[in-house]
Amino acid sequence: MSSTYNSNAYNFGFLDENTKRMLRRALLKAVAIPGYQVPFGSREMPLPYGWGTGGIQVTAALLGPNDVLKVIDQGADDTTNAVNIRRFFGRVAGVATTERTADASVIQTRHRIPETPLREDQLLVFQVPEPEPLRTLEPREAETRTMHALADYGLMHVKLYEDIAQYGHIATSYDYPVMVDGRFLTSPSPIPKFDNPKLDRSPALMLFGAGREKRLYAIPPYTRVESLAFDDHPFEIQRWEHRCAICNAGDSYLDEVVVDDRGTRMFVCSDTDYCSQRSDNAATEEAA
Amino acid sequence: MTAAIASPAMLELRGLAKSFELHQQRDTRLDVLDDIDLTLHAGECVVLSGPSGAGKSTLLRVIYANYRTSRGAVRVRHDGNWLDLAEATPHQVLDVRRRTLGYVSQFLRVIPRVPALDIVAEPLIGAGVSVEDARQQASALLHRLNVPERLWPLPPGTFSGGEQQRVNIARGLIVPRPLLLLDEPTASLDAGNRQVVAQLLEEARNAGSAVLGIFHDEDMRDRVATRLFPMRPMALA
Amino acid sequence: MSALLQVRGLSHHYGRRIGCENVSFDLHPGELLCIVGESGSGKSTLLNTVAAQLTPTAGAVHYHQKNGDWLDLGALSEADRRRLAREEWGFVTQNPRDGLRLNVSAGANVAERLMALGQRDYGRLRDIARGWLERVEIDPARIDDAPTGFSGGMQQRLQIARTLVTQPRLVFMDEPTAGLDVSVQARILDLLRRLVNELGLAAIMVTHDLAVARLLAARTIVMQGGHVVESGLTDQILDDPQHAYTQLLVSSVLTT
Repeated sequence: MSSTYNSNAYNFGFLDENTKRMLRRALLKAVAIPGYQVPFGSREMPLPYGWGTGGIQVTAALLGPNDVLKVIDQGADDTTNAVNIRRFFGRVAGVATTERTADASVIQTRHRIPETPLREDQLLVFQVPEPEPLRTLEPREAETRTMHALADYGLMHVKLYEDIAQYGHIATSYDYPVMVDGRFLTSPSPIPKFDNPKLDRSPALMLFGAGREKRLYAIPPYTRVESLAFDDHPFEIQRWEHRCAICNAGDSYLDEVVVDDRGTRMFVCSDTDYCSQRSDNAATEEAA
Repeated sequence: MTAAIASPAMLELRGLAKSFELHQQRDTRLDVLDDIDLTLHAGECVVLSGPSGAGKSTLLRVIYANYRTSRGAVRVRHDGNWLDLAEATPHQVLDVRRRTLGYVSQFLRVIPRVPALDIVAEPLIGAGVSVEDARQQASALLHRLNVPERLWPLPPGTFSGGEQQRVNIARGLIVPRPLLLLDEPTASLDAGNRQVVAQLLEEARNAGSAVLGIFHDEDMRDRVATRLFPMRPMALA
Repeated sequence: MSALLQVRGLSHHYGRRIGCENVSFDLHPGELLCIVGESGSGKSTLLNTVAAQLTPTAGAVHYHQKNGDWLDLGALSEADRRRLAREEWGFVTQNPRDGLRLNVSAGANVAERLMALGQRDYGRLRDIARGWLERVEIDPARIDDAPTGFSGGMQQRLQIARTLVTQPRLVFMDEPTAGLDVSVQARILDLLRRLVNELGLAAIMVTHDLAVARLLAARTIVMQGGHVVESGLTDQILDDPQHAYTQLLVSSVLTT
């Protein structure tokens, strides 16, 4: 329990109870209809749109006093956005926070899914800038809603077609569209497509919040999630010729980092917790 | 001739009248045909005779349903049944034109960019013949009508009058039809080509077609006609 | 032969103003029907009402589906309407920019309807798209070019390819050659004529140009002020027009 929590200053979790109830009802509907975008009354939050207002509201509606919260941004626990949100909930909910994936009961994320496999007793909350996967091709909301209602999704392959025509392969590398439970075309949020396979039949419930666009959606545990593709251009995830320079992982998503003014580069895990766990384990084994 | 009359009737005109109402010219009415009766039998070639203005072309166009009938009946034997084209639906007329009733006009209606060979082959393709067979038959017919082979792949827009007319005849005759209407199809042809057309018509008659035509050239008329049908101009109403 | 489309007593009113009034006709498979008339005569309204884009004020349209069932287009759900538009119908608009997706390549424009039908083989989509570009006389090398760089005539030909690629049973065309140069028009008309014959399409085409009707359509409907004033065989209407308005139309156009 954080000592800074003052129950007189804020309602638990910042939002008032009625707002949390509204959010929970919307979330229940979202879980009931996997991949369907549920409109909700998004509130003004004390941070700008685009910084995770949707994710924060979902997290606020989920947290209980005994939860342990982890927040990551691009896989890292120590970036400004992640640190701020973690501190925010430490202050307005007084919940315990952690940087260890395995210890968290609620994980709010921007742009990544942790490398450490998630469990049934964990919740993953995504921050979503644009919940509508068809938006870049079809600007009219009324039309995209109808397309979802009728599962009229031919348009989505136009985008993939254009990728192959232009680059020789499907160049979309993040926010790669998925079909949820064979029914709703869904944006996985701007996670790298490397993470798309982790969405499929995940034991953990995954919830998505778009604050500016006022939409929530969900992928319930063990739901089938397929990434779109062509028969002769199947879905593929990113691969690297390198291993992580710190932990030597060959199976994780790598960031390319410039380390000095001469342009020297190295590849390291984007998931900082995963990387440090592996380094610690290696160090322990060496010591032993 | 007696043999022809003994064969079945293909076309019956009864009390046929045609007048034009020109709404743009203070509703002037032009009476062109009145009370025409004519029976045409299989194997006959009846030639309409009479001075210009007698309504010969108009009569052919009324029979082809290119002009509407003002009064009377245009009965055509179609699929063994009589059908009055004056009362028929457009779809019935189209079906009659597709399979029973052919019409060769004086002038070829040029279709932009379509080669002569395809213009001739088109009605056959429309009748269900394969494109290859249709082109082959079209080639043979154009050859017979002495249209030079180098012209076949060209659209006939630039052809001479005689060449266009022969393409037009080939298009009109390529599908064998039981009933043929000919509006001066040989006007700009030389003697040799008229001879070819006369032969083609005779072959059509021998195959059982009934022919109704206009031929101003007396020589041609005498050669093809089994009977004349005289017409005279009506007084202006 | 049984009809593909039956239109009976069809009306569409814009409030108290008549769009089209009490129109009836049948369309048969493989038949191209032209609706002619001046601007404001209601021909586009009729087309859109027949195509279930506008709701009829009165009357009915029945469509004979591929599976043999008759569909009452007035009782059509949005899902069925879209399914028809996707699987059995095609639309060609006057302005190709309305019918094309301008921000994606020519190839994607042609392939889109196939992808909507579930075609998922990229290589095959490319082959079909190239074949269709060739068919509408666009250099297949331009398959990856955006249609924004195409001339008006090319855009219209691309729209025709995009529409016909799924071999629709019924195509609705609204002035597909208006707004193009005369020489470009001739090319598109010839193309349409050929494709309609080759594919055995049934089509309804709105045009103000009687020469277009003569070239393409066996049957024509003449409209004035929302009413059908004359209908029948195209050659009959053009060569022996009965109604004063049709006579005016014919005499003012066919001067050559």
